[in-house]
Amino acid sequence: MRYQVIRAGESRSFPGSHPLIAGAKDSGEIVVIIGVGADKAFRTFKDRERKIAILIELGTECLGAHTGERRGEEGSNVLGFARFRLGGGEPTNLVELVRQPRSSAAAVEAARKLFEQAGLRVAVCMDFAGRIIDRLVRPYYNAALRRLDEGLASADDLDTTLKLGLGYPEGPIALLERTGLAHHFDVTQALFEAYGEPAYAPARRARVAKQRQKD
Amino acid sequence: MNEIKTVGIAGSGTMGAGIAIVAARAGFRTVVYDTRAEALERARSQTEGFFAKSVERKKLTREQVEAIMAGLVGTTDATALARCDIVIEAVFEDLAVKHELLGRLDSICPPHAIFASNTSTLSIAEIAAGSGREDRCVGMHFCLPAQLMKLVEMSPGIKTSEQTFRAAWEFCKAIGQTPVKTKDSPGFILNYFLVPFNNDAIRLVEAGVAAPADIDRAVKAGLGYPMGPLELLDLVGLDTHLRVAEALYASTHDPRAAVPALVKRMIAAGHLGRKTGQGFYSYTGTAMFGG
Repeated sequence: MRYQVIRAGESRSFPGSHPLIAGAKDSGEIVVIIGVGADKAFRTFKDRERKIAILIELGTECLGAHTGERRGEEGSNVLGFARFRLGGGEPTNLVELVRQPRSSAAAVEAARKLFEQAGLRVAVCMDFAGRIIDRLVRPYYNAALRRLDEGLASADDLDTTLKLGLGYPEGPIALLERTGLAHHFDVTQALFEAYGEPAYAPARRARVAKQRQKD
Repeated sequence: MNEIKTVGIAGSGTMGAGIAIVAARAGFRTVVYDTRAEALERARSQTEGFFAKSVERKKLTREQVEAIMAGLVGTTDATALARCDIVIEAVFEDLAVKHELLGRLDSICPPHAIFASNTSTLSIAEIAAGSGREDRCVGMHFCLPAQLMKLVEMSPGIKTSEQTFRAAWEFCKAIGQTPVKTKDSPGFILNYFLVPFNNDAIRLVEAGVAAPADIDRAVKAGLGYPMGPLELLDLVGLDTHLRVAEALYASTHDPRAAVPALVKRMIAAGHLGRKTGQGFYSYTGTAMFGG
């Protein structure tokens, strides 16, 4: 299936070369809009209805911010997506594919196939802030940072226990320090604003890192 | 402190059976006690299956397995633990149940015997308080599946003697495990983080954010975890998760530790996970994980 990629500024999902980008044509039945300017590029895009799927790269916002919402019956051939990526770490192979209640099944399947053919893994989710992974890991990372402050164990012991006990490839403290505590602050602060739940409130260490970034 | 030669395991559920494999595989005579003959029978059958796989995968020889199984006995008679040097309890996460068990074992086991608790959420000091031997009680929390995972969280209670903790620590290493010392704090390290994480995953299912398979795929592909949280919950059993989470919530009052309503509905429907063939996924067969 032919597809087109519209790059509208710097993309967190595809910052460099990737088979998905390399395989794109000048036009196609699927349109992938990536980059920080994706919203404007989407709004000015013509012939939306004639495409099987239009895929918009998302940041922390919901797909509904681009498409609009009405009575819980929104949905069309327009889907959202993001490759999961922690801070300054490399993008993972996971694509979170965001749909709405009435999204076209053909669009979802075409998008899934497109990403999988480019070597990516696809998890489909509904249009909620934080999608799947951020909803799960941000409270966990905040708790780890808080327990470190409270002296439950040293950073090394916390990381070692979680790696050995749960088979995680990296402990939370080392992972956050490697990928950037300030970025964790940005994401978890956005979720805290979206849901108002204390678990998303940025841990002290993340707030300090953000303050130092501003300085 | 006497040398540990004979190991008692109280409880032959998923954890007890796994710990028994670890002890027996390391060459310790191992006595598994459970009041339910059918639970012992199931554990024996799963253990045989596990070791059969170990032979298939050339991790052990048939002769080694025969020797291990000869040293591994099951019993419904608590007095069979009378010669144990250490007893590891892996019964329900209920303080009263543990007190009743350990209080009874205190009159059966020799005075030097160490009582270790595989609790994942209860306080070691509180468990020890009902054991009749507070100075010889220690936390020894194995990870699931115990027969494959090396980590053991070891926690001293307030009155645990240095000698007891050291002996239990050395025993832990002798059975091939990797001990880590943690504070006697609710959930220690692992469950303090894991239980709320898994509850959060259940809440995503409950709220219709994504299907279990998509959540698990996301966690494995995005975070590199070996299992997704819902696969893991099916392996652990939702009834076990409920008990662990309720115990953790009772200790911490952390809203994330509170069990989502979906868990209780699934338990009521008999969807406990692998053990009943239906949880977040459907299963056929009851083979033990790994081998």
